[in-house]
Amino acid sequence: MNLQVEIHKQLGKFRLDVCLDTTSGHITGLLGASGCGKSLTLKCIAGIEQPDRGRIVLDGRVLFDSERHINLPPQKRQVGYLFQHYALFPHMTVAQNIAVGVRERARRKERVAQLISALYLEGQAHKHPHQLSGGQQQRVALARILASRPQVLLLDEPFSALDSYLKWQVEQELAQLLSDFSGPMLLVTHNREEVRQLCRQVCVLDHGRSQPCIPAEQLFTAPATLSACLLSGCRNLSRASVNEDGMVEAEDWQVSLSPGSPLPQGLTHIAIQAHCVKPAPGPGPNRLLCQVEQVVNQAFSTQILLTTPGGSQGFSQLRMEVAQDVWAALGAPPSLWVELPPDRLLPLTS
Amino acid sequence: MDFYPLFNSLRIAAVSTVLIFFLGIAAAYYVAKLPRLVKGVLDVVLTLPLVLPPTVVGYFLLRLLGPKRALGLWFLEVFDLRLTMVWYSAIFASAVVAFPLMYRTARGAFESFDLTLAHAARTLGKSNTWIFWRIVMPCCKQGILAGTVLAFARALGEYGATAMIAGYTPGKTATISTTVYQLWRTGDDAGAMVWVLINLAISAVVLLAVNMLEKKQNRPARTAPASEEAAP
Repeated sequence: MNLQVEIHKQLGKFRLDVCLDTTSGHITGLLGASGCGKSLTLKCIAGIEQPDRGRIVLDGRVLFDSERHINLPPQKRQVGYLFQHYALFPHMTVAQNIAVGVRERARRKERVAQLISALYLEGQAHKHPHQLSGGQQQRVALARILASRPQVLLLDEPFSALDSYLKWQVEQELAQLLSDFSGPMLLVTHNREEVRQLCRQVCVLDHGRSQPCIPAEQLFTAPATLSACLLSGCRNLSRASVNEDGMVEAEDWQVSLSPGSPLPQGLTHIAIQAHCVKPAPGPGPNRLLCQVEQVVNQAFSTQILLTTPGGSQGFSQLRMEVAQDVWAALGAPPSLWVELPPDRLLPLTS
Repeated sequence: MDFYPLFNSLRIAAVSTVLIFFLGIAAAYYVAKLPRLVKGVLDVVLTLPLVLPPTVVGYFLLRLLGPKRALGLWFLEVFDLRLTMVWYSAIFASAVVAFPLMYRTARGAFESFDLTLAHAARTLGKSNTWIFWRIVMPCCKQGILAGTVLAFARALGEYGATAMIAGYTPGKTATISTTVYQLWRTGDDAGAMVWVLINLAISAVVLLAVNMLEKKQNRPARTAPASEEAAP
C-alpha cells in the first residue's frame, strides 16, 4: 500500500508545495521548523483543509484530484489522524471515545474491549480523558483511530504535549504499537531525535516546500540541503563557493578546503559536525589555526568553541567535540590547529 | 391575592425562552461560520435589541404587528387572530428583547469550541449532524444553559415593549412588571411591594443559577495530565 501526495496551496503569503511518496510498514518523518506547513500538509491529506491543486492517492484510491474535481470528505478517506493534543472528546469516557471510531455498529462493544486491552487501557474504560496521564490519553486517541480501521496513519507531533522525561518511554511504546500497523505512516515533528528513533525515511519541509525523501540516517550523516543540515542539529556551517582549483572556499571560516567527495551543483554552504572536527599537530591541508573561546565539559565529552580566522561572530565560530581525556592531554592551549577531514565535510545546497 | 400576573409572566417567559433557545442557537451557529464582514453586520442587527430602549422595540413591533399593519392585518384576516393587546403579545416583546442574550452567549460558546474535536470526529467517519448534537452541543452545554437562563430572566422582567404591545389589563395581559407600575401609580404601595419582592426572589434565584453554571464552565476542561503510571 502506498500514499502519493502532491499538493499546492496558497494561504495569504504562505505557499505550500509538498510532494512525497510513502509505502507501508514504516514511518516517514515530515521534519521542519514551526510554521513550515507540516500540520497543514496532514490536514490536506485528511481532508480537513483543501489544497488549491494537486493529487492525493492512497493505494490507487484517489482522495483528492483538482483536475478531475475529486475531493472525498474526511469521513470517506479512511485516514487516521492523531492530533497534537489528541482531541479526545472531554465529555465522553475512554470506552465511549473509542466507540466513536467503530464503524460497524454490531461489533462495537467487542471491538472496544479488544482495543482497550490491545492498548493497555484496562481499568481506564470508565474514566474521562482529564483523569488520564498524557501517555494514556495518547493511547486512547490511538485506539479510537485504530477502531475506525484507517488505511494510513497521520501523527501530528504526538510527543509535544508530554513532559520530556516521559517522552522517551512513550516513544518506545508508540513505536511498538505502530509496528503492527500495515499501512503507511506519516509523523510530523520538529524534533530530530524522534526522526532518528522512529522513522525510516524523512522528508524535510522548508518554508512550505518539501525536499525529496531521504533515509533517516542520511539526514545526520549526509544532509544535502542547508535546511536539512540545520534540522539535523549541525551547527558548524559556513557560506562556501568553489574556486577555479576545485577547492571549497569557506567564507565564514576563511579557509580553503579540499572536498572529499564530488561537489553538488549550486553549492552554497559547507558544514561539518562538531565531533568530526579534530585537533591537529600543526599546519597542513584542510587545517586552520583557531583561538579557544570557551570550553564546556559535557557528560562524556568536551565541547570547545573556537574562533576561526574568519572571526568570532555567528557562523564564523567552530564547535569541536572531543573526548574529555583527549582535551586534557592537549593541556588547555589558548590556540590550536584543527583539521576538517575532507571525507567528513558536508557540501550543501540551499 | 390575585396571582394571575405571576402565572402570566412565567408563561410568557417560558414560551419566549423556548423560541429564543432554538432561534438563538441556530443564529449563533450559522453566524459564527460566516465571513467576517457579513458576521459583523448580522451581529449588530441581532444584538441591537439589547441596547435599544424597549420602547423603541415596542414601537417597531407595533408598526409590524398592529391590527392595521402588514403582518397584523394578515393574521387578523386569515386566522382571525389579534396580535396586539392579548396575553401572548408580550411573548413577541420579551422574545425580541431577550434574544440577544441567548444569541451572544451561545455564539461565545461556539467560538471557544475546539474545532479539532470536530475534525477528529470527521476523520473517524461521523456526519456533521452527529457532530453537532453529540460533540458541539455537549461541549458548549454550560454556555448555552447560561444563555437560556439569562434570556429567561430578561424575558420575565420585560416591561417597556410589553407595556406598549400588550398594555395592562388585569387578569388578561397583566404581568409582574406591569402590575408593579400600575399598583404604584394608583397609590397601592403595599401591593406593589409584594410584587417587587416576588420579582426580587425570582431574579436572585436565576442569577444564582447563572453563577453556578459559569463556575462549572470555568473549570478547566482538559487538566494537565496526571503523573504517568509505570510502563504496562
